[in-house]
Amino acid sequence: MTAINHHTSEALLMAYAVGSLPHSFSVVVAAHISLCLECRAAFEAHQAAGGVILETGGTEALSEDLKSDVLDLLDAPIKPTPLHARSGIYPGPVMAALKGKSPKWKSLGMGVRQTILSSGREGSVRLLHIPPGQAVPDHSHNGLELTLVLQGSFSDDTGRFGVGDLEIADQALEHTPIADAGLPCICLAATDAPLRFNSFLPRLLQPLLRI
Amino acid sequence: MLLTCHDIDHADWRPTFGARKDMNEVTQPPTQISPQTTWMLAVRDRRDRAAFSALFDHFAPRLKGFVMRSGAGSAQAEEIVQDVMLTVWRKAEQFDPARAQVSAWIYRIARNRQIDVIRKEGRPLPDELGEDPSTEPDASQILAVEQEISKLKQALERLKPDQREIIKQAYLGELTQQEISAQTGLPLGTIKSRIRLGLERLRHEMKDLR
Repeated sequence: MTAINHHTSEALLMAYAVGSLPHSFSVVVAAHISLCLECRAAFEAHQAAGGVILETGGTEALSEDLKSDVLDLLDAPIKPTPLHARSGIYPGPVMAALKGKSPKWKSLGMGVRQTILSSGREGSVRLLHIPPGQAVPDHSHNGLELTLVLQGSFSDDTGRFGVGDLEIADQALEHTPIADAGLPCICLAATDAPLRFNSFLPRLLQPLLRI
Repeated sequence: MLLTCHDIDHADWRPTFGARKDMNEVTQPPTQISPQTTWMLAVRDRRDRAAFSALFDHFAPRLKGFVMRSGAGSAQAEEIVQDVMLTVWRKAEQFDPARAQVSAWIYRIARNRQIDVIRKEGRPLPDELGEDPSTEPDASQILAVEQEISKLKQALERLKPDQREIIKQAYLGELTQQEISAQTGLPLGTIKSRIRLGLERLRHEMKDLR
């Protein structure tokens, strides 16, 4: 086990904890918290603060029957909701996004593969599989991009990112992550805008490939 | 000292409720575990319906107020209150007083429920850390968490009204990601360290994860 050196930012963590973060980023932050004791403590500290707000806020009168309804339902049978626990290298939030199944990889060329977990107007989140020594296609961003390493590691101008490390890249960063030697690098990557690839992929194709 | 719920007699905790309240008014740090925590542990460890009833009376009206302030109508708010309180009963084994006061845990359940109601995609949640019965927290850790919460309440009260309002809006989920910056936050450094100590007990679980 190596230490996690790159964490979520204060603002992202708080936005996730209070439920204001878009879905795609929430998957990544939840996956990072699953791996990182430090950020889990910070996440729970925000819940402690939320609890204080709940505790000290105003009350609303309840309907007469609400309490007896709830008490009557305490031992009622319930449909168990599917719980997606960690499986292999994939933390629970990733397994939930995969609906409990294994990733279905699709080739992006140059040995790079991806599995799209969700994609919409709010942004996209996917898994990337990058062979050792291979560069992730050179790209810059329209918005914010979060990348969490789940296996192997990659390096770029800003440093080395191993399992559990989270890279936060904004518009200003034009970077070329390269997977390090060893295991293929598997990352969870989310954007709030479609990626722009500078080199080998015409922009016209991007909507078709959903990258 | 190890805390087991059996140490807390019903006759013992009811009268301390009033005493605690008075102490809070003169902003003394709590010296006893709060009635809410005691009720929650009785629910968790003994499926105690009287304790659940007390929790309901305390939290349900606050929850309804909380949910309505973030935009729900009265009927929808009551549906959410019902779901949240039933989850408190059904998932009681997940409550860990060494990491959070009861209201923190209920806040978490309530926000999860609200987000699931609003969005079509369920809220992504971190893996739960399993509880190991051999690592039951001692009462001093539980009390220390509650003392930090009491300080957090005081810090909130000391803020200027408009600043307090922004923080309330943030925790109600009313601010966007962009509007939330580090400046909107309460001072969470000490509570975070305290929660971390509570998490350290489960550290072997974390090791298995990576």
